[in-house]
Amino acid sequence: MSEVKDYKYIGQRTIRPDGFDKVTGRANFGADLTLPGMLWARVKRSPYAHARIIDIDTSKAEALAGVMAVATAADFPAIASETLQMGETSADIRDLARNNLALEKVLYHGHAVAAVAAVSQTIADQAVELIEVEYAELTPVMDVLEAIKDDAPILHDDLFTAGLAETPETPSNIAMRMELKKGDIDAGFAEADVIVEREYQTPTVHQGYIEPHACTVRYDEDGQSMIWCCTQGHFDVRASTAKILNMELSKIKVIASEIGGGFGGKTTIYLEPVALVLSKKSGRPVKLVMNREEVFRASGPGSATRSWIKVGARKDGTITAMQGILHYEAGAFKGSPMAPGVMCVFTPYDVANVHIEGFDVVVNKPKVAAYRAPGAPQAEFAAESAINELADKLDMDPIELRLKNAAKEGTQAIYGPKFKAIGLVECLEAAKNSAHYKSPLGKNQGRSIAAGFWFNAGMSSSVVINMNPDGTVVVVEGSPDIGGSRASMAMMAAEELGIAVEKIKPIIADTDGVGLNSTTGGSRTTFATGMAIIEAAQDVVKQMKERAAAVWNVTLDQVDWVDGVAVNTADEARLSAAEICAAAGSTGGPISARASLTARGAGPSFAVHVADVEVDPDTGKVDVIRYTAIQDAGKAIHPGYVEGQYQGGAAQGIGWALNEEYIYDENGVLENAGYLDYRIPLASDLPMIETVIVEVPNPFHPYGVRGVGESSIIPPLAAVSSAVSNAIGVRMSELPCSPPRVLKAIQSRDN
Amino acid sequence: MAKTHVSTTINNEPVEFLCEPNQTLLDCLRNELQMTGTKEGCSTGDCGACSVTVNGRLVCSCLVFGVEAEGQNIGTIEGIGKAENLHVIQQKFLEHAALQCGICTPGLIVATEALLAENPDPTEAEARYYLAGNLCRCTGYDKIIRAVMDSAAEMRGTA
Repeated sequence: MSEVKDYKYIGQRTIRPDGFDKVTGRANFGADLTLPGMLWARVKRSPYAHARIIDIDTSKAEALAGVMAVATAADFPAIASETLQMGETSADIRDLARNNLALEKVLYHGHAVAAVAAVSQTIADQAVELIEVEYAELTPVMDVLEAIKDDAPILHDDLFTAGLAETPETPSNIAMRMELKKGDIDAGFAEADVIVEREYQTPTVHQGYIEPHACTVRYDEDGQSMIWCCTQGHFDVRASTAKILNMELSKIKVIASEIGGGFGGKTTIYLEPVALVLSKKSGRPVKLVMNREEVFRASGPGSATRSWIKVGARKDGTITAMQGILHYEAGAFKGSPMAPGVMCVFTPYDVANVHIEGFDVVVNKPKVAAYRAPGAPQAEFAAESAINELADKLDMDPIELRLKNAAKEGTQAIYGPKFKAIGLVECLEAAKNSAHYKSPLGKNQGRSIAAGFWFNAGMSSSVVINMNPDGTVVVVEGSPDIGGSRASMAMMAAEELGIAVEKIKPIIADTDGVGLNSTTGGSRTTFATGMAIIEAAQDVVKQMKERAAAVWNVTLDQVDWVDGVAVNTADEARLSAAEICAAAGSTGGPISARASLTARGAGPSFAVHVADVEVDPDTGKVDVIRYTAIQDAGKAIHPGYVEGQYQGGAAQGIGWALNEEYIYDENGVLENAGYLDYRIPLASDLPMIETVIVEVPNPFHPYGVRGVGESSIIPPLAAVSSAVSNAIGVRMSELPCSPPRVLKAIQSRDN
Repeated sequence: MAKTHVSTTINNEPVEFLCEPNQTLLDCLRNELQMTGTKEGCSTGDCGACSVTVNGRLVCSCLVFGVEAEGQNIGTIEGIGKAENLHVIQQKFLEHAALQCGICTPGLIVATEALLAENPDPTEAEARYYLAGNLCRCTGYDKIIRAVMDSAAEMRGTA
């Protein structure tokens, strides 16, 4: 561990700079912009989960008074297959275009087939009903195990399994196979005294951000098209929209509105190219907003999975072998987060013999999107459940079993790096020593724990810091703020500049106003954009010292920078930042600095959660009665928002464990496309969520920061379901542990 | 469709607007009156992002027709506090970091004000059940409930 630094602003609970706007309703989100002459757009969607499009007749819609434009996939230029990196995941740009407007086939119920723009919402709704689409229905494939059968209906005639030794000659619903291994898996199991082996299942779930996707766009013939939208990555909106419409990047300006939640779901696009086509055809600005039902049916949920896990250990608890086969649903187009799942699944453990296979499989559901630590909760649910079962079989405490096998500094991670300082052991110790873990349980109650790992990548960030003549500061960044990151950006700038955090204004510039920034995702922003801010702020300090040195006619090494003031070490003369900036025009020009970087390394972070549940034996309803989330933050910049990430991830994971699932009928139609039936946790469903911030500094960041947004959603799935298992004495391997499923388990036990 | 003229009171100011008979109060607030502080999360009364009061009673404005506002007194987030003089509830939400993305925040603040008007001294369970109609996906509610309980204490003068 590096030495503990003495910070002035870092670690404080400051008021966030966008706070007033957010609590007064003034903050402008995706659907909040209206432009003069603006039209309202609506999307026509497929009533079938799988069908060939024979014909689309838009003539009646076009003839309706007040309809100004209609768009179909025929309005998109033909583009070739090409992989585009978007946030933590990548997308094939041709697939993305076809997901925005279906071409030739519809691949899920709700798939967009056409769109209209009209002078009012009412007319747009009427026009959508007038679009006539002729389909030839095909059999939908709704389950990953069905989809991989040899005789399964094929979604894409041109999809051939990648990652096989030989290139296959027949198309398949398996888009990719991936394998990671080390050691000798058979020898590892031969060494084991105890082996657990089980299949696990997780459902399709939705990120459930409260703000539906929305954009307002204006196409300009002179090359200044504008897109206002709620996104985690406006540079990726620009890149993907430009590719789909065959435009140059400089001809599109994307303005990131305030964003009402994303959790990975707003790292891709559904509306923007469609709206821009409608704007081009009508010559008017266009607003296109999804309703909640469309969000559930046609935006990207998180993958459903089927996994098989086998773990072997010696009697003393030493794990000798870990094996997994992981199947991920990609939805309609290839590209599930199978790869990170394979890379994460056993990473909390230092084990000699490991073998993991992963499969990315297309099915007739909406194309999945990233969802908070994409791929990891599903895989680690299976692995952590297996570890808990192993602890039972060994009659060992599950924390002790994990401590005995925990990854630590120097452990070679199967996905590549040898870990530098990491905090899993510290998190496990904190769990073991918590009052929660030592507290007694009552009747019908159960407790369990689980660990979770996420990479927390860096990627690219660009920032500019401009000093105002009065010594206040504008920090120009390009990382959309989904959870309060402007607060941590202002605090890091304040720390370096020695200027009060209230004098620092962080802004999210549009794509024309700052250099390129990767999407806000992968818990990268405070880590990587923060690093760029620190670098730029250090440059600003250097410039201000140079100006002071010039004024005093001394050398730079004779100037100190103390709490935002230049101090002449020879005679104690002082010049404040405000004085230096006010005179900047006559001492060399305005003071400004920029930094653009691709962050080296990452901030691997581990979490350990402790869950207590109580099960109603008559109904199968599960209540979480006590919950503790422990996680390594490296260094918590704003502890309040770090705790908030832990609590929010825990709550989402609890929902995933207990209630949330897409329920389809036999025709592939989603039956619970609303918050009433897709039930995310309510205030009345949850207890207070206790948090412990562990700080093992990340050697790749100047303050030791690790991303904190994602690891917290991983442990709840296994911690909660294993707690249910312990309460009822039946192992729960299928999520969610909803009342019908738990009641069935209780009844099967009693029979 | 012929539009209907509506005379109402919003945040104690007289307001008139035209709307179609099938437009919701939420739609009228946001798109006829440009009062976008009230948010749309579901339009089916499940998420509470569009919470407003009608004559002091907490409702989802997506479940009320615009024409029903005729002669009523509507309360929205724009009527609660000002940036230079925030309401106690708004201040406590900021102090407790009780918001992350902020889309549910206006609705939760409107709902919390209604809660504390009805019940100035709620238990934690009462607060949780009263606010169960206001979904938040970011925070896990912990800090929201703390902000609500702290607001209640301060408003009672017992903080």
